[in-house]
Parts: sequence; C-alpha cells; structure tokens
Amino acid sequence: MAKRKVYVKVLIMQDENGEIQPLQIVWDDGKSYEVDKVIYKCRASSTKVGGTGIRYTVRISGKETFLYFSEDENRWFMEGKC
Amino acid sequence: MKERVILHSDMNGFYASVECMLNPELKGKPVAVGGSVENRHGIILAKSEEAKKFGIKTGEALWQAQQKCKDLIIVPPHYDKYKAYSEYAREIYRRYTDLIEPFGLDECWLDVTGSTHLFGNGYDIAYQIKECIKYELGLTVSVGVSFNKIFAKLGSDMKKPDAITIISKENFKDKIWSLPASDLLGVGRATTNKIETMGIKTIGDLANIDVDLLVCRLGKNGRDLWMYANGMDSSRVRPDGFRDPIKSIGHGITCKEDLVSTEEVWKVMLELSQNVSKRLKEEKLNACGVQISVRDNQLISRQFQCGMPIATQSAMELAHAGIELFTTNYNWKYDVRSLTIRAINLQPDDEPVQLDLFSNVTKHEKQETIDNTVMAIRKRFGDKAIINATLLNETKIPKDDHESVLPAPMFK
Ligand SMILES: [Mg+2]
Repeated sequence: MAKRKVYVKVLIMQDENGEIQPLQIVWDDGKSYEVDKVIYKCRASSTKVGGTGIRYTVRISGKETFLYFSEDENRWFMEGKC
Repeated sequence: MKERVILHSDMNGFYASVECMLNPELKGKPVAVGGSVENRHGIILAKSEEAKKFGIKTGEALWQAQQKCKDLIIVPPHYDKYKAYSEYAREIYRRYTDLIEPFGLDECWLDVTGSTHLFGNGYDIAYQIKECIKYELGLTVSVGVSFNKIFAKLGSDMKKPDAITIISKENFKDKIWSLPASDLLGVGRATTNKIETMGIKTIGDLANIDVDLLVCRLGKNGRDLWMYANGMDSSRVRPDGFRDPIKSIGHGITCKEDLVSTEEVWKVMLELSQNVSKRLKEEKLNACGVQISVRDNQLISRQFQCGMPIATQSAMELAHAGIELFTTNYNWKYDVRSLTIRAINLQPDDEPVQLDLFSNVTKHEKQETIDNTVMAIRKRFGDKAIINATLLNETKIPKDDHESVLPAPMFK
C-alpha cells in the first residue's frame, strides 16, 4: 500500500548522556499519541516514503511502527497511510 | 610487505540516486539532474539507470537529452543534500578504517589492510559496506577490491550498480588486460591518442611494451602507466581529512550573456572577489598576487597576473587589481564569456607584512575595516543583507553559481 511522508511533532526526553527518547508524537491532524516503548534504534532509509535518518522502532497503541529523525532536515517523520 | 587490501567505493549515479531516494515517486523512472534551463549551464549533471537506457549522457545539453527521451524527468540539483549524503557514506567507511581518500563527492578509496582481522577479507568488508549504505542511506555503490588503488578504481567501474569486483594478483591479467587502456585512471584523451600510434590499445598492450619506449614517448608519466598496468601502483590511500596545502583560491563563472563593457566586467569581478575574499578569510590566508582568466565568446582563454603591494584579503582590493589587469591587457576584440579571479602567492594572514615606502597603508587598513564590517553584517543577517550598490542591478551572473569539487591527484 502506498504511504505518504508525515512530518510529526515529537516530545522527547534527552538524558544526561545525550540519549534521546521519544515520548509522545503529534500527528498532522493534531491528535497525539503516547510512545509506549522504543523497541529498537538504528540508522535506516525509508524505502516507502523516501529520506533517511535515525529510525526508532516504537510501539504506539500496541502497534509497532517506525519513527525517523532526519538529520539532513533536522525534523521527525513517519510513514502514514494515504 | 604484506599485500594491501584497497577498496574503491563509487556511489552509482550519485546525484540522481539521492534525488530518487528522497522522492520515491521518481524511482524506476528516467530521471536526470540538470543545471537550470534558462542559462548556459543547462546540461545533464547525472542520470538514473533508466535514463541511461535512453542513451542520455552526463554533460550533454538538456534539450538533447529530452529529444532522446521525451518523458525524461529533469530535477534541479540539491548540492547541500549531495554533500550531506557524501558525508554520511564517509561515516560508514570510518567504521572500517581511518585511511579514506575521497575522489570527488561520490568516490572514496579505503585502505582496509589493518582491519581484515576484525571484519573479514576485502570482499567481506566491501559487502558489509555495500549493504550498509543500501540499508542506512538507501543508495547503491559499486566497489572494486584489489591490492592497489588503480585496480580498485578500475574494479568499481567494471560492474555497476550495486556490485563488487575483485581484481587480485592472481587474476588481474585475465580480468583486465583485455580492457581498453583508456579505462585506466591517468590515461586521458591525449595519452590514448599518443599510445594508439604506438599500437597500444589495451591495458595488456600497455603492460607488455618496453617501458623505455613508453618513457621516451610520454616522459615520466609513461613509467607510471606501465607500472599501473602491471599492478605495481604503490600510491597510498591518504589519511581521512588530509588536505593539500592551498596554492590558490579562485572563483570563476560563465555568464548568462556575454559581457560587453568594462563596467559589466567590473560588476562580475567584484562579485567574484567577494567569494574569494570570504574564502581567504576562512582559510586565514592573504593574497600576495592576483591572477585573472578571461575567456572570450570565441572560447579563447587568456591569463594575466600581477603582484599586490600589500598582502590582502580585501574583496575591493582584489577586484581593483583584477579590473586593472583586465583594462591594461584585454584588447576587446571579442566580448567576454567567462571570467575567473584567483588569489595567488598565498601566505598565512598572521605573518608579518613587508611594507614598501610607497604603498598606502592607511588606505589598506581602512579598506580592511570596511570589509570586516560588511562580513560581520552578512554573517548576522545573511549574504544579501548588504551588497555593493553597483551589484543591485542585473549582473549577468547565473543564479545557480556553484563550484564543483575537483578530484585530487594521486598521492605518492
Ligand atoms: Mg559515481
């Protein structure tokens, strides 16, 4: 299924070592969602919507999904349904 | 000496691949990155694999390319992205070695001899790098693996995209001696013509000819090429971040329209000088001389140079020296198409300055103060916050005035 790139607001917590943990995201319709858990973190490109960055595999409302921090754009995005 | 393990990694169709990666809608379509259509820079800078199938070539005019493929999608270049992704790739290389020598934005040599006990043999490392770049950056590379830089580079050209080619001491004669000599790095058009008259067509021909004969024809370069063809290139991969001492800092452009008066030349000279001045300051260098190159609309170039009474970084002083060189030397038989100004005979700007009796030091210092103030304003408020009044009008300078990064020569 086709996906679209959705830039999102993210509430983050950065610890004393500089590690970043996303806590909450705000979708482009204004709805906000808690990030239940960060499962995995790596660098990756998004083949679905383009671009690359630090990819957080997160659990939101019981579902696993990707949250990217794009370093060359200095903002966060997700892969949304069209 | 232990046999070296050298990789040459080449990002495939780099500019076009970055564009497609950032915008997946372009994937699988004939895409080319092109300079802007309205001025003389309207050429193909890079193309996707699909565009390649239509016979589209880098360097050809946009309209020519569109004739070959009417569905060709031409996107403007995004140099900031290319620089960023070039750097991300280098970050991946750094996981394997600190001997990384860039060759343009999209190519690098890596000497991984010292890391094979950690990550496996040359092929293994090449494979890890290739997959890593694909996964993390969404880009493909072709990698040549060999025991010297020349063969590694050749290998990366032999199979692409997304491929690895090994050229070993055991297989290089079978694998590359039948290839045209011009495939070797260092064998350009002129050399190819010269050696063809000696009956040399392939790399094997080059390897097997009497080296003295080659030296006789090509000079010292002849010995180098003979060594290359025989797998005896011993040039090193430079350490990461190595930079040549800077010999000159220049800036040049090809104008949108020919320059027809000294006044127009002055505007362009002033604009170019500001760029040169800015870079001199960044590098903390002073110019003791100025050189200009003028190319007329018959495409004939001439160069003129002069010394500076006081070593300087000032845009205004550089521009004045430049325009004086121009007015005293240029005969205006034809109008001017391209102009370059270069700061030469550079020295560190903290070096004491030798003054002569006649130079106007006060004026020089005043100019320096003005320049520094302008620079400070631009730094705070942007490059266009303060500009010379004469540059307010149309200057015939193309908008996408951009400098390409030139590959470095071989490092012995
Ligand atoms: Mg390339």
